[in-house]
Amino acid sequence: MPMTLSEKILARASGLKFVNAGDVVEPKVDLAMSHENAALVLHQFKEIYNGLNTEPKVWDPGRIAIIFDHRIPAESSKTATNQKRVRDFIASQGITKFHDIRGDEGGICHQILPENGYVRPGSVVVGTDSHTTTHGALGAFAFGIGATEMASVWALGNALNIEVPMTIKVVIDGQLSPHVSAKDVILFLIGLIKADGANYRALEFHGSTIRTMSTSSRLVLCNMAVEAGATVGIVPPDSETARYLREEAGVSDQLWLESPDIDAVYDRVVSIDAATLAPQIACPHTVDHVKSVTDVEGKRVDQIVIGSCTNGRLDDLAAAARLLKSRKVHDRTRMLVFPASWKIYKEAMDLGYLKDLMEAGAVVMNPGCGCCLGVHQGALGDGEVALSTTNRNFKGRMGNPTAEVYLCSPEVAAASAIRGAISDPREI
Amino acid sequence: MSKVIAVLGDDISTDHIYPGRFMATVLPSETPQYCFADMTELNAALKAGRFPAGSFIVAGSNFGCGSSREQAASTINGYGLIVVARSFARIFLQNAVNLGLQLIICPRIEANEGDDIELKADILLNKTTGKSYEIVPLPKLRQAIMEAGGLVAYTRKLVKARLDQS
Repeated sequence: MPMTLSEKILARASGLKFVNAGDVVEPKVDLAMSHENAALVLHQFKEIYNGLNTEPKVWDPGRIAIIFDHRIPAESSKTATNQKRVRDFIASQGITKFHDIRGDEGGICHQILPENGYVRPGSVVVGTDSHTTTHGALGAFAFGIGATEMASVWALGNALNIEVPMTIKVVIDGQLSPHVSAKDVILFLIGLIKADGANYRALEFHGSTIRTMSTSSRLVLCNMAVEAGATVGIVPPDSETARYLREEAGVSDQLWLESPDIDAVYDRVVSIDAATLAPQIACPHTVDHVKSVTDVEGKRVDQIVIGSCTNGRLDDLAAAARLLKSRKVHDRTRMLVFPASWKIYKEAMDLGYLKDLMEAGAVVMNPGCGCCLGVHQGALGDGEVALSTTNRNFKGRMGNPTAEVYLCSPEVAAASAIRGAISDPREI
Repeated sequence: MSKVIAVLGDDISTDHIYPGRFMATVLPSETPQYCFADMTELNAALKAGRFPAGSFIVAGSNFGCGSSREQAASTINGYGLIVVARSFARIFLQNAVNLGLQLIICPRIEANEGDDIELKADILLNKTTGKSYEIVPLPKLRQAIMEAGGLVAYTRKLVKARLDQS
């Protein structure tokens, strides 16, 4: 029986030969990730054991990853106390994949997992963060769950009642034009199929554009798959996946490099000609409100944000630094840069990117998520306009319901920083 | 029979339901104060206890899109409201089931604020307009979690069974 990549992974993790879309399975979990919301997971985990006369014990402390990234350093005593509770729990349970705020290893969860080789092709990854879809870039079936569901995973080691999703095959062919990147591809796709276009579905990425894409770019695609409602975004693992894992993530063991069956059954096929794409912008207040940059050029911007789990990787910082070197951020605009991890921060420092960005007037922040979701560092004022490489632009997202957030690639963000208004990087 | 207290559009995100700036608050007992915090009138009316439990919120498609933050489900659940939408985003629906928040998938629902709604077995009757609408049932296994009183209770049973076996 032919299977899509998601069906193959779920069959394997559930101990079955075959599964079909619509089947309900209870796959074993290879990695269970959470961040500061581990505080709520912990609360619910203890509730599960309430009245059972046994000490709560996680199923496998080696398969749980906890990364502090949403509110670091703690913005309030409430957060600090929650973090303290989680640290105590981590120590008492012997959880090893813990990344605290540390300059030698910390960062944003969706960078820390790939960077440390925690994600393998063919594995099942759950995370208490909707952007857990990111890890499909390495050929994992990776999806977001809530805190109570994570508490259940901590107790049992498997996810419960998972419906095998139907798969949408996305075929992207052709060479991207200069100054057009993975971010433009995924924004275009979301604009095309809309915010609920892949609801309860898997997005499986194919085509020559994907095959020649770096893992860093594939992470951008899969990161935003959830913005079309997808359960997972997934790239069939290939020689680039193997290269990334060996060379950049230090993984030396055997990899599962399966492809979907050629006659697998898809819900539908969406084709995109990459060569025709211009830089894209998602306009307020939905991620699927996507336009070509030329349609919004000249819109004045108060704050530019480069970074986050979407576009805070080394090539993103390099692209921004290239445009901003020997230029200045416009004096009516402020620019914040959030590298995705401290490893990237250091590499960008060693390569001179941070110097170029700072000399242009950007402020390089510590790796973290806070600004993206409006909880910490970089909130907007009344009526202000932000242009950001992050992944959401919902009303109120950056901490102010009267502000507007536009989403774009690092190159569009850097070009716009120079002019203080939305600009096309092809014209800089 | 209960009243529709608010009619919302498509793509109501978790940021509308529970803005990120309140995410340091996690416990289900503490989250209701921030329910629809940026819709100030609705938030004030909820906090003032102006709507009895069992009142309806009616929305379009993709309700609950965005974050996996469970506060978005617990904050509404704190008021005992029922959410009727044309469709729900996946993670929000799962969180709602896990916490026992009542959701109704009703692909053609039409209602205005103040309408009286009655829930029957597989239809939703808008008594004000006289029209009735079909409901899409939740998948069986999700119903089982709802019937257990939520995922904590459901998982507790499974953990207990494992402990008894070993």
